Amino acid sequence: MTSIDSERTITVTVNGVPREATVPVRRLLSDALRHDLGLTGTHVGCEHGVCGACTVVVDGAAVRSCLMLAVQVDGAEVRTVEGLAREDHQGGQVLHPVQEAFRECHALQCGFCTPGFLMTIAAGLEGRDNSAELTEEEVDDMVGGNLCRCTGYANIKKAVHHAAAAMKDGA
Amino acid sequence: MKPAPFRYADPSTLGEALAVLSDEGAKVLAGGQSLLPLLSMRLAAPATLVDINRIPDLDAVEVTDDAVTVGALVRHDALLRHGGAAAVQPLLGRATANVAHPAIRNRGTTVGSIAHADPSGEMTSVLALTDGSVTVATTAGSEVVGWRDFFVGPLETSIPAGAVVTAATFPALPPRSGTAFAEVARRKGDYAVCGAGVVVTLSEDRRVERVLASYVSVGLTPEVHDLTEAVAGSPAEKADWAAAGALARTLVDPDTDIHASADYRRLLVGVLTERTLADAAAEAGARAARE
Ligand SMILES: Cc1cc2nc3c(=O)[nH]c(=O)nc-3n(C[C@H](O)[C@H](O)[C@H](O)COP(=O)(O)OP(=O)(O)OC[C@H]3O[C@@H](n4cnc5c(N)ncnc54)[C@H](O)[C@@H]3O)c2cc1C
Ligand code: FES
Ligand code: FES
Repeated sequence: MTSIDSERTITVTVNGVPREATVPVRRLLSDALRHDLGLTGTHVGCEHGVCGACTVVVDGAAVRSCLMLAVQVDGAEVRTVEGLAREDHQGGQVLHPVQEAFRECHALQCGFCTPGFLMTIAAGLEGRDNSAELTEEEVDDMVGGNLCRCTGYANIKKAVHHAAAAMKDGA
Repeated sequence: MKPAPFRYADPSTLGEALAVLSDEGAKVLAGGQSLLPLLSMRLAAPATLVDINRIPDLDAVEVTDDAVTVGALVRHDALLRHGGAAAVQPLLGRATANVAHPAIRNRGTTVGSIAHADPSGEMTSVLALTDGSVTVATTAGSEVVGWRDFFVGPLETSIPAGAVVTAATFPALPPRSGTAFAEVARRKGDYAVCGAGVVVTLSEDRRVERVLASYVSVGLTPEVHDLTEAVAGSPAEKADWAAAGALARTLVDPDTDIHASADYRRLLVGVLTERTLADAAAEAGARAARE
Protein backbone atom coordinates (compact mmCIF):
# COMPACT_ATOMS: atom_id res chain seq x y z
CA MET A 1 0.00 0.00 0.00
CA THR A 2 1.24 3.46 -0.82
CA SER A 3 1.78 5.57 2.27
CA ILE A 4 0.38 9.08 2.19
CA ASP A 5 2.20 11.23 4.70
CA SER A 6 2.30 14.68 6.25
CA GLU A 7 5.77 14.17 7.69
CA ARG A 8 8.67 11.91 6.79
CA THR A 9 12.12 10.96 7.99
CA ILE A 10 14.63 11.11 5.16
CA THR A 11 18.21 9.98 4.79
CA VAL A 12 20.34 11.93 2.38
CA THR A 13 24.07 12.11 1.74
CA VAL A 14 25.09 15.76 1.85
CA ASN A 15 28.64 16.58 0.76
CA GLY A 16 29.61 12.97 1.39
CA VAL A 17 28.11 12.79 4.89
CA PRO A 18 24.93 10.73 5.53
CA ARG A 19 22.35 12.92 7.28
CA GLU A 20 18.90 12.22 8.63
CA ALA A 21 16.06 14.66 9.13
CA THR A 22 12.38 14.50 9.99
CA VAL A 23 10.52 17.05 7.94
CA PRO A 24 6.98 18.05 7.05
CA VAL A 25 6.43 16.89 3.45
CA ARG A 26 5.89 20.48 2.32
CA ARG A 27 9.47 21.43 3.39
CA LEU A 28 11.43 22.77 0.41
CA LEU A 29 14.88 21.29 -0.08
CA SER A 30 16.38 24.78 0.27
CA ASP A 31 14.79 25.16 3.71
CA ALA A 32 15.73 21.64 4.78
CA LEU A 33 19.38 22.35 3.95
CA ARG A 34 19.39 25.65 5.78
CA HIS A 35 17.09 25.01 8.74
CA ASP A 36 17.13 21.27 9.37
CA LEU A 37 20.73 20.55 8.39
CA GLY A 38 22.28 23.89 9.30
CA LEU A 39 23.93 24.41 5.92
CA THR A 40 23.31 28.09 5.31
CA GLY A 41 25.70 28.39 2.36
CA THR A 42 22.76 27.74 0.04
CA HIS A 43 21.02 31.08 -0.37
CA VAL A 44 17.33 31.70 -0.98
CA GLY A 45 16.20 34.62 -3.11
CA CYS A 46 12.94 34.29 -4.98
CA GLU A 47 11.63 30.86 -3.98
CA HIS A 48 10.08 30.33 -7.38
CA GLY A 49 12.93 29.21 -9.58
CA VAL A 50 13.87 32.52 -11.16
CA CYS A 51 17.03 33.75 -9.39
CA GLY A 52 19.18 30.61 -9.14
CA ALA A 53 20.68 31.56 -5.74
CA CYS A 54 19.52 28.24 -4.25
CA THR A 55 21.11 26.00 -6.90
CA VAL A 56 22.62 22.77 -5.54
CA VAL A 57 23.70 19.52 -7.19
CA VAL A 58 21.46 16.45 -6.74
CA ASP A 59 22.81 13.13 -8.04
CA GLY A 60 25.21 15.00 -10.32
CA ALA A 61 22.75 17.49 -11.84
CA ALA A 62 22.39 21.17 -10.91
CA VAL A 63 18.86 21.89 -9.67
CA ARG A 64 16.95 24.67 -7.94
CA SER A 65 16.64 23.56 -4.31
CA CYS A 66 13.57 25.79 -3.91
CA LEU A 67 11.82 23.73 -6.60
CA MET A 68 12.32 20.36 -4.93
CA LEU A 69 10.74 18.99 -1.80
CA ALA A 70 13.11 17.70 0.86
CA VAL A 71 11.30 14.32 0.78
CA GLN A 72 12.28 13.98 -2.88
CA VAL A 73 15.99 13.70 -2.04
CA ASP A 74 15.49 10.72 0.28
CA GLY A 75 18.29 8.33 -0.74
CA ALA A 76 20.01 10.87 -3.02
CA GLU A 77 23.40 12.58 -2.95
CA VAL A 78 23.33 16.34 -2.53
CA ARG A 79 26.27 18.65 -2.98
CA THR A 80 26.13 22.21 -1.69
CA VAL A 81 28.58 25.09 -1.76
CA GLU A 82 30.00 23.83 1.56
CA GLY A 83 31.14 20.70 -0.29
CA LEU A 84 33.08 22.39 -3.11
CA ALA A 85 36.43 22.90 -1.42
CA ARG A 86 38.60 19.85 -0.65
CA GLU A 87 40.56 19.08 2.52
CA ASP A 88 44.27 19.68 1.97
CA HIS A 89 45.12 17.15 4.74
CA GLN A 90 47.11 19.79 6.60
CA GLY A 91 44.13 21.17 8.46
CA GLY A 92 43.13 23.55 5.67
CA GLN A 93 41.14 23.44 2.47
CA VAL A 94 41.85 23.77 -1.23
CA LEU A 95 39.28 25.80 -3.13
CA HIS A 96 37.47 24.24 -6.08
CA PRO A 97 38.79 25.61 -9.42
CA VAL A 98 35.52 27.54 -9.88
CA GLN A 99 35.89 29.17 -6.45
CA GLU A 100 39.53 29.96 -7.20
CA ALA A 101 38.52 31.50 -10.54
CA PHE A 102 35.84 33.65 -8.85
CA ARG A 103 38.45 35.01 -6.44
CA GLU A 104 40.99 35.53 -9.20
CA CYS A 105 38.57 37.29 -11.57
CA HIS A 106 36.70 39.32 -8.91
CA ALA A 107 33.46 37.61 -9.95
CA LEU A 108 31.53 38.55 -6.81
CA GLN A 109 30.67 41.65 -4.89
CA CYS A 110 28.01 41.20 -2.20
CA GLY A 111 28.18 37.42 -2.61
CA PHE A 112 24.47 36.72 -2.29
CA CYS A 113 24.22 35.07 -5.69
CA THR A 114 27.63 33.40 -5.48
CA PRO A 115 26.76 29.95 -4.05
CA GLY A 116 24.19 29.46 -6.81
CA PHE A 117 26.63 30.52 -9.52
CA LEU A 118 29.38 28.31 -8.10
CA MET A 119 27.18 25.21 -8.03
CA THR A 120 25.72 25.87 -11.49
CA ILE A 121 29.13 26.43 -13.04
CA ALA A 122 30.84 23.57 -11.18
CA ALA A 123 28.15 21.12 -12.37
CA GLY A 124 28.25 22.61 -15.87
CA LEU A 125 32.01 22.32 -16.23
CA GLU A 126 32.31 18.94 -14.50
CA GLY A 127 29.59 17.63 -16.84
CA ARG A 128 31.37 18.62 -20.06
CA ASP A 129 34.47 17.49 -21.89
CA ASN A 130 36.83 20.31 -20.96
CA SER A 131 39.27 19.49 -23.74
CA ALA A 132 36.65 20.95 -26.12
CA GLU A 133 36.78 24.74 -26.40
CA LEU A 134 34.21 26.55 -24.27
CA THR A 135 32.11 28.87 -26.46
CA GLU A 136 30.55 32.17 -25.36
CA GLU A 137 27.17 30.68 -26.16
CA GLU A 138 27.78 27.78 -23.77
CA VAL A 139 28.85 30.19 -21.05
CA ASP A 140 25.72 32.33 -21.57
CA ASP A 141 23.52 29.24 -21.40
CA MET A 142 25.31 28.08 -18.26
CA VAL A 143 25.03 31.30 -16.23
CA GLY A 144 21.97 32.86 -17.90
CA GLY A 145 19.56 31.39 -15.37
CA ASN A 146 21.27 32.97 -12.36
CA LEU A 147 20.64 36.56 -11.35
CA CYS A 148 23.41 38.80 -10.07
CA ARG A 149 22.46 42.36 -9.15
CA CYS A 150 26.04 43.52 -8.50
CA THR A 151 28.71 42.40 -10.90
CA GLY A 152 27.28 42.92 -14.37
CA TYR A 153 28.33 39.38 -15.37
CA ALA A 154 31.53 40.28 -17.28
CA ASN A 155 33.76 38.99 -14.49
CA ILE A 156 31.55 35.97 -13.85
CA LYS A 157 31.89 34.94 -17.49
CA LYS A 158 35.63 35.56 -17.29
CA ALA A 159 35.75 33.28 -14.25
CA VAL A 160 33.93 30.50 -16.12
CA HIS A 161 36.61 30.57 -18.83
CA HIS A 162 39.32 30.74 -16.19
CA ALA A 163 37.92 27.73 -14.32
CA ALA A 164 37.43 25.75 -17.53
CA ALA A 165 41.07 26.32 -18.44
CA ALA A 166 42.20 25.24 -14.97
CA MET A 167 40.03 22.12 -15.07
CA LYS A 168 41.33 21.26 -18.53
CA ASP A 169 44.85 21.37 -17.12
CA GLY A 170 43.66 18.98 -14.40
CA ALA A 171 43.70 21.42 -11.51
CA MET B 1 6.37 32.06 0.52
CA LYS B 2 6.02 28.41 1.42
CA PRO B 3 3.55 25.85 0.13
CA ALA B 4 0.40 25.35 2.18
CA PRO B 5 0.38 22.00 4.01
CA PHE B 6 -0.45 18.94 1.91
CA ARG B 7 -0.03 15.19 2.11
CA TYR B 8 2.45 13.38 -0.09
CA ALA B 9 2.77 9.96 -1.71
CA ASP B 10 5.51 8.69 -3.99
CA PRO B 11 4.22 5.35 -5.27
CA SER B 12 6.47 2.99 -7.19
CA THR B 13 3.92 1.81 -9.77
CA LEU B 14 1.59 3.63 -12.13
CA GLY B 15 -1.36 1.59 -10.82
CA GLU B 16 -0.80 2.75 -7.24
CA ALA B 17 -0.34 6.34 -8.41
CA LEU B 18 -3.66 6.24 -10.28
CA ALA B 19 -5.39 4.68 -7.27
CA VAL B 20 -4.20 7.42 -4.90
CA LEU B 21 -4.99 10.11 -7.47
CA SER B 22 -8.57 8.93 -7.87
CA ASP B 23 -9.18 8.35 -4.13
CA GLU B 24 -7.73 11.59 -2.94
CA GLY B 25 -8.46 14.09 -5.71
CA ALA B 26 -4.70 14.59 -5.66
CA LYS B 27 -2.39 16.44 -8.05
CA VAL B 28 0.50 14.92 -10.03
CA LEU B 29 4.01 16.16 -9.19
CA ALA B 30 6.44 15.57 -12.09
CA GLY B 31 9.47 17.85 -12.45
CA GLY B 32 7.90 20.39 -10.11
CA GLN B 33 9.33 23.29 -12.11
CA SER B 34 5.89 24.81 -12.68
CA LEU B 35 3.94 23.23 -9.83
CA LEU B 36 6.29 24.16 -6.96
CA PRO B 37 6.31 27.87 -7.87
CA LEU B 38 2.50 27.72 -7.94
CA LEU B 39 2.46 26.06 -4.51
CA SER B 40 4.98 28.48 -3.01
CA MET B 41 3.05 31.47 -4.34
CA ARG B 42 -0.12 29.81 -2.98
CA LEU B 43 -1.77 29.98 -6.37
CA ALA B 44 -2.49 26.28 -5.86
CA ALA B 45 -3.06 24.39 -2.62
CA PRO B 46 -3.89 20.75 -3.41
CA ALA B 47 -4.64 18.52 -0.41
CA THR B 48 -2.43 15.71 -1.71
CA LEU B 49 0.49 15.43 -4.13
CA VAL B 50 1.31 12.23 -5.96
CA ASP B 51 4.98 12.32 -6.93
CA ILE B 52 5.49 10.16 -10.05
CA ASN B 53 9.30 10.39 -9.98
CA ARG B 54 9.79 6.94 -8.43
CA ILE B 55 7.74 5.09 -11.04
CA PRO B 56 10.10 3.07 -13.27
CA ASP B 57 9.91 2.90 -17.08
CA LEU B 58 8.43 6.36 -17.56
CA ASP B 59 11.80 7.86 -18.51
CA ALA B 60 12.25 6.34 -21.98
CA VAL B 61 12.52 8.14 -25.32
CA GLU B 62 11.35 5.70 -28.02
CA VAL B 63 12.37 6.50 -31.55
CA THR B 64 10.92 4.79 -34.65
CA ASP B 65 10.95 5.92 -38.29
CA ASP B 66 7.46 7.32 -37.78
CA ALA B 67 7.56 9.07 -34.44
CA VAL B 68 9.32 9.96 -31.21
CA THR B 69 7.52 8.97 -28.02
CA VAL B 70 8.67 10.75 -24.88
CA GLY B 71 7.85 9.21 -21.48
CA ALA B 72 6.46 11.27 -18.60
CA LEU B 73 9.78 11.37 -16.71
CA VAL B 74 12.03 12.38 -19.60
CA ARG B 75 13.65 15.65 -18.50
CA HIS B 76 13.97 18.55 -20.95
CA ASP B 77 17.74 18.09 -20.79
CA ALA B 78 17.58 14.42 -21.83
CA LEU B 79 15.42 15.24 -24.85
CA LEU B 80 17.71 18.12 -25.77
CA ARG B 81 20.68 15.76 -25.92
CA HIS B 82 18.86 12.91 -27.68
CA GLY B 83 20.42 12.71 -31.14
CA GLY B 84 18.12 9.91 -32.31
CA ALA B 85 15.01 11.92 -31.49
CA ALA B 86 16.35 15.00 -33.29
CA ALA B 87 17.11 12.97 -36.41
CA VAL B 88 13.47 11.87 -36.71
CA GLN B 89 11.88 15.15 -35.57
CA PRO B 90 14.41 18.02 -35.51
CA LEU B 91 11.92 20.40 -33.87
CA LEU B 92 12.33 18.53 -30.58
CA GLY B 93 15.95 19.54 -30.00
CA ARG B 94 15.50 22.98 -31.53
CA ALA B 95 12.53 23.90 -29.37
CA THR B 96 13.83 22.32 -26.17
CA ALA B 97 17.01 24.41 -26.42
CA ASN B 98 14.74 27.41 -25.76
CA VAL B 99 13.07 25.93 -22.68
CA ALA B 100 14.31 27.59 -19.50
CA HIS B 101 17.83 27.27 -18.05
CA PRO B 102 20.04 24.20 -17.50
CA ALA B 103 19.09 23.68 -13.83
CA ILE B 104 15.39 23.81 -14.73
CA ARG B 105 15.86 21.56 -17.76
CA ASN B 106 17.54 19.01 -15.46
CA ARG B 107 14.29 18.54 -13.48
CA GLY B 108 11.41 19.75 -15.67
CA THR B 109 9.80 17.21 -17.98
CA THR B 110 8.63 17.58 -21.57
CA VAL B 111 5.37 15.80 -20.79
CA GLY B 112 4.86 17.95 -17.67
CA SER B 113 5.13 21.10 -19.73
CA ILE B 114 2.51 19.73 -22.14
CA ALA B 115 0.22 18.64 -19.27
CA HIS B 116 0.67 22.10 -17.78
CA ALA B 117 -0.67 23.55 -21.08
CA ASP B 118 0.99 26.92 -20.70
CA PRO B 119 0.59 28.81 -24.00
CA SER B 120 4.03 30.33 -23.37
CA GLY B 121 5.66 26.88 -23.26
CA GLU B 122 7.55 25.76 -26.34
CA MET B 123 6.58 22.08 -26.28
CA THR B 124 2.82 22.66 -26.43
CA SER B 125 3.35 24.40 -29.79
CA VAL B 126 5.67 21.66 -30.98
CA LEU B 127 3.09 18.99 -30.12
CA ALA B 128 0.55 20.92 -32.21
CA LEU B 129 2.87 21.67 -35.11
CA THR B 130 3.93 18.04 -35.45
CA ASP B 131 0.28 16.92 -35.12
CA GLY B 132 1.18 14.96 -32.01
CA SER B 133 -0.80 13.25 -29.28
CA VAL B 134 -0.56 12.26 -25.64
CA THR B 135 -1.25 8.98 -23.87
CA VAL B 136 -3.55 9.44 -20.89
CA ALA B 137 -3.85 6.79 -18.17
CA THR B 138 -6.68 6.57 -15.63
CA THR B 139 -7.90 3.73 -13.39
CA ALA B 140 -10.23 2.86 -16.31
CA GLY B 141 -7.34 2.29 -18.75
CA SER B 142 -5.19 4.17 -21.19
CA GLU B 143 -6.09 6.19 -24.29
CA VAL B 144 -4.39 8.29 -26.93
CA VAL B 145 -5.66 11.87 -27.23
CA GLY B 146 -4.76 14.11 -30.18
CA TRP B 147 -3.47 17.62 -29.40
CA ARG B 148 -6.63 19.35 -30.68
CA ASP B 149 -8.76 17.46 -28.16
CA PHE B 150 -6.19 17.87 -25.40
CA PHE B 151 -5.63 21.63 -25.10
CA VAL B 152 -8.75 23.41 -23.81
CA GLY B 153 -7.45 26.78 -22.58
CA PRO B 154 -4.48 28.38 -20.85
CA LEU B 155 -3.30 25.90 -18.17
CA GLU B 156 -6.34 23.75 -18.96
CA THR B 157 -6.56 20.36 -20.66
CA SER B 158 -9.34 17.88 -21.30
CA ILE B 159 -7.89 15.11 -19.14
CA PRO B 160 -10.06 13.98 -16.24
CA ALA B 161 -8.99 14.64 -12.64
CA GLY B 162 -6.78 11.84 -11.42
CA ALA B 163 -5.28 11.03 -14.84
CA VAL B 164 -1.56 10.71 -15.58
CA VAL B 165 -0.19 11.63 -19.00
CA THR B 166 2.28 8.79 -19.47
CA ALA B 167 3.80 9.91 -22.77
CA ALA B 168 3.71 12.40 -25.63
CA THR B 169 4.15 11.28 -29.23
CA PHE B 170 5.62 13.57 -31.89
CA PRO B 171 5.26 12.24 -35.47
CA ALA B 172 8.37 12.27 -37.68
CA LEU B 173 9.20 15.13 -40.02
CA PRO B 174 7.63 14.28 -43.44
CA PRO B 175 9.89 13.72 -46.49
CA ARG B 176 11.32 16.77 -48.36
CA SER B 177 10.65 18.91 -45.29
CA GLY B 178 12.63 21.19 -43.05
CA THR B 179 11.95 22.91 -39.74
CA ALA B 180 13.15 25.91 -37.80
CA PHE B 181 12.40 27.40 -34.41
CA ALA B 182 13.22 30.87 -33.11
CA GLU B 183 12.06 33.12 -30.34
CA VAL B 184 12.50 36.52 -28.79
CA ALA B 185 12.92 36.44 -25.00
CA ARG B 186 14.15 39.09 -22.60
CA ARG B 187 17.04 36.84 -21.54
CA LYS B 188 18.14 33.53 -23.02
CA GLY B 189 16.05 30.83 -21.33
CA ASP B 190 13.22 33.11 -20.21
CA TYR B 191 9.70 32.44 -21.39
CA ALA B 192 9.37 33.79 -24.92
CA VAL B 193 7.78 37.16 -25.61
CA CYS B 194 7.03 35.47 -28.92
CA GLY B 195 8.31 32.25 -30.47
CA ALA B 196 7.78 30.60 -33.85
CA GLY B 197 8.14 27.03 -35.03
CA VAL B 198 7.70 26.23 -38.73
CA VAL B 199 7.66 23.27 -41.11
CA VAL B 200 8.22 23.72 -44.86
CA THR B 201 7.54 20.84 -47.25
CA LEU B 202 8.73 20.92 -50.87
CA SER B 203 7.36 19.13 -53.93
CA GLU B 204 9.46 16.67 -55.98
CA ASP B 205 10.60 19.58 -58.18
CA ARG B 206 11.63 21.65 -55.10
CA ARG B 207 8.74 24.07 -55.07
CA VAL B 208 6.96 25.08 -51.89
CA GLU B 209 4.14 22.62 -51.29
CA ARG B 210 3.13 23.27 -47.70
CA VAL B 211 3.99 25.78 -44.98
CA LEU B 212 2.82 25.37 -41.37
CA ALA B 213 3.58 27.56 -38.38
CA SER B 214 2.81 27.54 -34.68
CA TYR B 215 3.58 30.29 -32.19
CA VAL B 216 4.57 30.52 -28.53
CA SER B 217 3.08 33.15 -26.16
CA VAL B 218 0.53 34.07 -28.85
CA GLY B 219 -3.10 33.16 -28.14
CA LEU B 220 -4.67 31.08 -25.40
CA THR B 221 -3.95 27.58 -26.69
CA PRO B 222 -1.46 26.28 -29.26
CA GLU B 223 -2.67 26.58 -32.83
CA VAL B 224 -1.31 25.61 -36.23
CA HIS B 225 -1.55 28.16 -39.05
CA ASP B 226 -1.38 27.14 -42.70
CA LEU B 227 0.65 29.78 -44.57
CA THR B 228 0.93 27.82 -47.83
CA GLU B 229 -1.24 30.15 -49.94
CA ALA B 230 1.26 33.03 -49.60
CA VAL B 231 4.10 31.10 -51.25
CA ALA B 232 2.60 27.96 -52.88
CA GLY B 233 4.49 26.81 -55.97
CA SER B 234 7.43 29.20 -55.56
CA PRO B 235 10.88 27.72 -56.02
CA ALA B 236 12.19 27.11 -52.49
CA GLU B 237 15.14 29.46 -52.78
CA LYS B 238 13.11 32.35 -54.27
CA ALA B 239 9.92 32.23 -52.22
CA ASP B 240 8.59 35.50 -50.81
CA TRP B 241 8.82 34.59 -47.14
CA ALA B 242 7.90 38.14 -46.17
CA ALA B 243 4.49 37.51 -47.75
CA ALA B 244 4.09 34.43 -45.55
CA GLY B 245 5.06 36.55 -42.55
CA ALA B 246 2.46 39.17 -43.54
CA LEU B 247 -0.20 36.46 -43.82
CA ALA B 248 0.76 35.08 -40.41
CA ARG B 249 0.28 38.52 -38.86
CA THR B 250 -3.32 38.57 -40.05
CA LEU B 251 -4.06 35.09 -38.66
CA VAL B 252 -2.83 35.42 -35.08
CA ASP B 253 -4.63 36.97 -32.14
CA PRO B 254 -2.02 37.79 -29.48
CA ASP B 255 -2.72 39.41 -26.11
CA THR B 256 -1.15 42.36 -24.34
CA ASP B 257 0.55 41.64 -21.01
CA ILE B 258 3.27 43.21 -18.87
CA HIS B 259 5.99 41.88 -21.21
CA ALA B 260 4.68 43.09 -24.57
CA SER B 261 1.72 44.65 -26.34
CA ALA B 262 -0.43 42.65 -28.75
CA ASP B 263 0.86 44.85 -31.60
CA TYR B 264 4.48 44.15 -30.76
CA ARG B 265 3.78 40.41 -30.60
CA ARG B 266 2.05 40.59 -33.99
CA LEU B 267 5.10 42.35 -35.40
CA LEU B 268 7.36 39.63 -33.97
CA VAL B 269 5.14 36.93 -35.51
CA GLY B 270 5.84 38.45 -38.93
CA VAL B 271 9.57 38.84 -38.40
CA LEU B 272 10.12 35.41 -36.84
CA THR B 273 7.98 33.72 -39.50
CA GLU B 274 9.99 35.25 -42.32
CA ARG B 275 13.32 34.30 -40.71
CA THR B 276 12.42 30.76 -39.73
CA LEU B 277 10.79 29.93 -43.06
CA ALA B 278 13.93 30.80 -44.99
CA ASP B 279 15.96 28.47 -42.74
CA ALA B 280 13.36 25.69 -42.85
CA ALA B 281 13.17 25.85 -46.65
CA ALA B 282 16.95 25.62 -46.94
CA GLU B 283 16.89 22.57 -44.69
CA ALA B 284 14.03 21.03 -46.67
CA GLY B 285 16.08 21.46 -49.85
CA ALA B 286 19.13 19.84 -48.27
CA ARG B 287 17.07 16.94 -46.89
CA ALA B 288 15.31 16.42 -50.23
CA ALA B 289 18.70 16.19 -51.94
CA ARG B 290 19.77 13.47 -49.49
CA GLU B 291 16.51 11.47 -49.49
C1 LIG C 1 12.50 30.13 -14.03
C2 LIG C 1 11.74 29.21 -14.92
C3 LIG C 1 11.77 29.40 -16.28
C4 LIG C 1 11.06 28.56 -17.13
N1 LIG C 1 11.11 28.79 -18.47
C5 LIG C 1 10.39 28.01 -19.31
C6 LIG C 1 10.40 28.24 -20.71
O1 LIG C 1 11.08 29.13 -21.23
N2 LIG C 1 9.64 27.43 -21.49
C7 LIG C 1 8.87 26.42 -20.95
O2 LIG C 1 8.20 25.72 -21.72
N3 LIG C 1 8.87 26.17 -19.65
C8 LIG C 1 9.61 26.94 -18.81
N4 LIG C 1 9.58 26.67 -17.47
C9 LIG C 1 8.71 25.59 -16.96
C10 LIG C 1 9.35 24.22 -17.10
O3 LIG C 1 9.53 23.88 -18.44
C11 LIG C 1 8.52 23.14 -16.41
O4 LIG C 1 9.38 22.06 -16.26
C12 LIG C 1 7.31 22.64 -17.16
O5 LIG C 1 6.43 23.67 -17.54
C13 LIG C 1 6.47 21.69 -16.30
O6 LIG C 1 7.04 20.44 -16.25
P1 LIG C 1 7.32 19.72 -14.86
O7 LIG C 1 7.73 18.35 -15.19
O8 LIG C 1 8.26 20.54 -14.09
O9 LIG C 1 5.85 19.67 -14.23
P2 LIG C 1 5.29 19.99 -12.78
O10 LIG C 1 5.71 21.32 -12.34
O11 LIG C 1 5.57 18.84 -11.89
O12 LIG C 1 3.72 19.97 -13.09
C14 LIG C 1 3.09 21.04 -13.80
C15 LIG C 1 1.59 20.75 -13.91
O13 LIG C 1 1.35 19.68 -14.81
C16 LIG C 1 0.78 18.56 -14.15
N5 LIG C 1 1.50 17.37 -14.64
C17 LIG C 1 2.84 17.25 -14.82
N6 LIG C 1 3.14 16.06 -15.34
C18 LIG C 1 1.97 15.40 -15.49
C19 LIG C 1 1.65 14.11 -16.01
N7 LIG C 1 2.59 13.29 -16.45
N8 LIG C 1 0.35 13.74 -16.03
C20 LIG C 1 -0.64 14.59 -15.58
N9 LIG C 1 -0.37 15.83 -15.10
C21 LIG C 1 0.91 16.23 -15.05
C22 LIG C 1 0.96 18.80 -12.67
O14 LIG C 1 -0.06 18.22 -11.91
C23 LIG C 1 0.95 20.31 -12.60
O15 LIG C 1 -0.37 20.78 -12.60
C24 LIG C 1 10.30 27.49 -16.60
C25 LIG C 1 10.27 27.26 -15.22
C26 LIG C 1 10.98 28.12 -14.38
C27 LIG C 1 10.92 27.88 -12.90
S1 FES D 1 15.50 30.88 -4.50
FE1 FES D 1 15.48 29.16 -5.82
S2 FES D 1 15.68 30.07 -7.73
FE2 FES D 1 15.47 31.81 -6.45
S1 FES E 1 27.50 39.58 -6.16
FE1 FES E 1 25.78 40.64 -5.34
S2 FES E 1 24.14 39.65 -6.38
FE2 FES E 1 25.85 38.83 -7.35
